[in-house]
Amino acid sequence: MPEATVRLSGWRLFISTVFARAYPRLIGQQREASWLVFEVLLPLVSVSAYVFVYRALKAPEEYVGFVVMGGAMTAFWLNVLWSMSSQLYWEKETGNLALYIMAPSSMTAILLGMALGGMLATALRALVIIVVGSWMFNVHYVVLDFVQLFAVFMLSMTALYGMGMMTSSLFLLLSREAWHIANLAQEPVYLASGFYFPIKSFPFWIAAAASVIPLTLGLDGMRQLIFPSGAALGFLDVRLEIGILILLSALFLVGARVLLDYMEKLAIREGRLTESRR
Amino acid sequence: MQKSNPLTTFRTATWLGWQIESNWTDPLLFAIYSIVKPLAGAAIIVVMYSVITQGAFSNPLFSYMYIGNSFYMYVAAVMTGISWAVLDDREHYKTLKYIYIAPVEVPVYLLGRGVARFVTTSVGVIITLAVGMLFFHLPVDLATVNWPLFILTLLIGVIMLAMIGLLLAGITLLTARHEGFIGDAAAGALYIFSGAIFPLDILPAAIRPIGYFMPTTYWLELLRRAMVSNIANTFPTLAQFDNLQLLGILVLLSIVFGLLSFGVFRFCDYLARERGMIDRTSNY
Repeated sequence: MPEATVRLSGWRLFISTVFARAYPRLIGQQREASWLVFEVLLPLVSVSAYVFVYRALKAPEEYVGFVVMGGAMTAFWLNVLWSMSSQLYWEKETGNLALYIMAPSSMTAILLGMALGGMLATALRALVIIVVGSWMFNVHYVVLDFVQLFAVFMLSMTALYGMGMMTSSLFLLLSREAWHIANLAQEPVYLASGFYFPIKSFPFWIAAAASVIPLTLGLDGMRQLIFPSGAALGFLDVRLEIGILILLSALFLVGARVLLDYMEKLAIREGRLTESRR
Repeated sequence: MQKSNPLTTFRTATWLGWQIESNWTDPLLFAIYSIVKPLAGAAIIVVMYSVITQGAFSNPLFSYMYIGNSFYMYVAAVMTGISWAVLDDREHYKTLKYIYIAPVEVPVYLLGRGVARFVTTSVGVIITLAVGMLFFHLPVDLATVNWPLFILTLLIGVIMLAMIGLLLAGITLLTARHEGFIGDAAAGALYIFSGAIFPLDILPAAIRPIGYFMPTTYWLELLRRAMVSNIANTFPTLAQFDNLQLLGILVLLSIVFGLLSFGVFRFCDYLARERGMIDRTSNY
């Protein structure tokens, strides 16, 4: 008689679930080479268009660097929108959501795995966009503080994917409108977060409100740390931005946990886990 | 097999496309969605311009960029709208095989589906232009707009975009995991090579000629000239052509692309039928 499989529980099950859900994100997405090409090519197309706009305006060359960075960060925002927030909606459409609910692991572990896998896979794409974009448009970087730069980037990603986990629980209750709402959240966020221009261009309170989106302060902080004139065009001091990003990370991660539990119960009660309203 | 009247097919497909585009939410949210997205896209260009020029909206370059960006919404919407109809019907609603066995001409059906996007996009274009005129002093005077040129150019352009959309729809029939990228990639490439938001002279000399073969380049230039008559002399790219010459080039390129698109669609349609791809689903 074959030996019984070891059953995991508690934190071991949590960790295993995280790795199991991260695996297809990280490995599976690299198997379709054309996806990698398109997911690098499309942001580069937008980057190129905006670079040529700045060149037509005879802008300082650092603005070209801003655009390249912003283009790389769009990869993360799109990943959070379409592969985090909308993911439970897609799972519902394909019939996997009920299986996730029935599985012995928690939805938080599943979403965390999605976040980690998505973050790593997207980071590869963002890196390629930055390298290729910098080469194409001759962008140069001068890193002022590697430790702060790493902190800003990691905290931005933590807060961003925490926000993605939080919004994915909201999308659990949506049907066809999920696609449209995710579609709606692209250009307005590019505008509000200053993907292609310094957020300091906005009045203070508008920029402050936009700072709820983690990429706003993340981009602003990174620009201050890698471009010589970044500090002059920065919205807030980098240390203050790091502090705010820590708060946002905690807020979104806790919010994700709370909302996910609540929404899961609500979806079960209202029978929305397996509906497919088109 | 006796086929349905093409006009009936087109009208019904348009109605269906409109229902799919609009009935996912209440009219208020739909109106907000139709307005906010295009305005946000235009606002990115406005802010970028304003940051560098300190708000010099009277410069002809601003008119060039703003008008080009506004009408470019049609390019992405109409082209991707038609190709997405294949994706929607095959993957999401699983009705493509029923369309194929119905007594309709599939290309006419797909073109009708794309018209709904034209209608929703028109709202965004009109509002974007109105915002430009009201808040950024866009020098468009409705009394001096060359309306015959504007209407004729718009009509030719929409037909041209619909035909390119048909080409993309044909390719979508043969693909499975990349459909969403095809329309975006085509729209993105045209964004750079059509002189939509910057004159073609800004492009490196090696790739600049690509723009001269794109019908959208002449389409956008004619629309700008129809709306702001003196913009033609401001940028040297197409200044040597008068309106009639540009119209002739636009018509010629539209015919070329139209024939190419129709041929590609028919070929892809043949291959899709041969390979049994009409009723397959891939969950993408």
